[in-house]
Amino acid sequence: MTIGSDLEVVDMDVVLDLRGLDALIRVLAQDGRVVVGPVLRDDAITLAELGSADDLPGGWGVETGPGHYRVRRREDEAVFGHSAGPQSWKRFLHPPRRALLSSDGTGFHAAPESPVSYAFFGVRPCDLAAITKLRQVVGGPAPFVVAAQCTEPGEVCFCSSMGCGPGAGSGYDIALTERVDGDGHRFLATSGTEEGAAVLTRVPSRPAARHDVELADRDVAAAAGRMGRSMPEVDLRDLLAANRDSAHWEAVAERCLTCGNCTMVCPTCFCVSVEDRTDLDGNAERAQRWASCFEIDFSYLHGGAVRTSGASRYRQWMTHKLGTWHDQFGTSGCVGCGRCIAWCPAGIDITEEAAALARTGGGRP
Amino acid sequence: MPTIAVWKFTSCDGCQLTLLDCEDELLPLADQVHIAHFLEVTGASEPGPYDISIVEGSVTTPEEAERIRWIREQSAMLVVVGACATSGGVQALRNFADVDEFRSIVYASPEHISALDTSTPISAHVAVDHELRGCPIDRGQLLEVITALLAGRAPDLPDTSVCTDCKRRGLTCVMVSRGTPCLGPVTHAGCGALCPAVDRGCYGCFGPMTRPNAPALVPLLKRTGMSDDELELVFRTFNANAEWT
Repeated sequence: MTIGSDLEVVDMDVVLDLRGLDALIRVLAQDGRVVVGPVLRDDAITLAELGSADDLPGGWGVETGPGHYRVRRREDEAVFGHSAGPQSWKRFLHPPRRALLSSDGTGFHAAPESPVSYAFFGVRPCDLAAITKLRQVVGGPAPFVVAAQCTEPGEVCFCSSMGCGPGAGSGYDIALTERVDGDGHRFLATSGTEEGAAVLTRVPSRPAARHDVELADRDVAAAAGRMGRSMPEVDLRDLLAANRDSAHWEAVAERCLTCGNCTMVCPTCFCVSVEDRTDLDGNAERAQRWASCFEIDFSYLHGGAVRTSGASRYRQWMTHKLGTWHDQFGTSGCVGCGRCIAWCPAGIDITEEAAALARTGGGRP
Repeated sequence: MPTIAVWKFTSCDGCQLTLLDCEDELLPLADQVHIAHFLEVTGASEPGPYDISIVEGSVTTPEEAERIRWIREQSAMLVVVGACATSGGVQALRNFADVDEFRSIVYASPEHISALDTSTPISAHVAVDHELRGCPIDRGQLLEVITALLAGRAPDLPDTSVCTDCKRRGLTCVMVSRGTPCLGPVTHAGCGALCPAVDRGCYGCFGPMTRPNAPALVPLLKRTGMSDDELELVFRTFNANAEWT
């Protein structure tokens, strides 16, 4: 093995500055894609269409905790220096409401497929995993993905536990690793697909040196050790299966508002209800909308709902997310983004609840 | 053509005026229903029976308690609208006080006042087919129930939290991101998360959702700085008589 100098050029990887990042957004848009990425809006870092790098939340970070989220000024101008916000890419891949079919009284017409081609910009590794899991369920065209590797996990993050970060796994076209230091503000860019590589050739950059790659690897590796939370190190699927009758569900239910926020912010929760609308002009439309297993109507079968208690509804959500998702899709439904912890008004922490179940027995180590 | 009658009990008229606020839909609606009784529109009143009765207001007098039974008998469908009709409204504050004392203080000749000791929802007196919550009701929900009944389908009136609508709208939670007190997690959906959309917390005018966990929300509201007095006000104003716990 030859050890190269710090200045040795690494194949495929390039380094962009802010100008290059801006060019990347513009190139993706020029190709006809709607580029969506993080923006500062309504005291949160949400997702919206980007016109340029100026739209990114440069210099803004977040402080998170159970039931708590605040934006804060950073000491640097990092654009990806924030953990998961209130929204996820689910909003675009699996919209909150989507028309299925319509009728004008003469027949039924399937709703046209959305012609929008998305480029997702600044996708965290946890969300990259979530996109894969969600698309496994809802399908649809693949977006162009520019991932942003995580170098600064938040207080409610636990992607390491779920094997979904902080480094980007598969599923990206380009992966960026941001660094702001004495040598400037820059992004190591790695292509994951030929399409990604082709796009990178069209933006101003310099070749990446071994040093750039090592720094990025070091930053991401360090992030793995700074997760705010972790899941108990047991087989979660077994843990949930063994705890169907645990008394702990009642303890959670005392705190749980059954408001459904956790499922709505979860980047993989995919359930929908079907609604029919008719208007006064003889038109009808059938649509689907995001539903939640915390809604009583969600379990309405012939004659009534089967999960009326808060305990049974929380158990359903957590058991599906961490346990039976494996049976259904061969993987966990959780990526460790921490949104359900931060955006639960009551601050219920899925990692704490899993730990409580593990303490009372049930899962095998 | 189906007939519609709009009835008022103890209320402010705001909910029935929501029907007149349906400006774009009023003319198509007039083509499909016959309005047989609607005093905010016309003094002319036709005798029953009626296909759909829309009832606003709560029952606060012996006369109203009689009248709602007559309206029920005359109506194939009874849709009750607004916080007054569904929970007793703000006037249900009397349920926690001495009405005789009010009467003696407010009126020069209290012997002329015939009022019940309580303000109660329509469902406490007769069977109702559909309830629309809110103070006032949501225009879209009113059209939904009317168009559903005309089409012979079940109206889509979710009994879940305001949060579900808030999140579908893509709003950022005001409680989590700003510490603004919000009753959304225990409040019945239907408004489309109107207040959070204009940077306010929900104040519960749609009343409790099905099986709310208000005891779990109270300490969170206190943490945002609400005093006990303020807590009593938000839970005991528009839907004072409703079952929040």
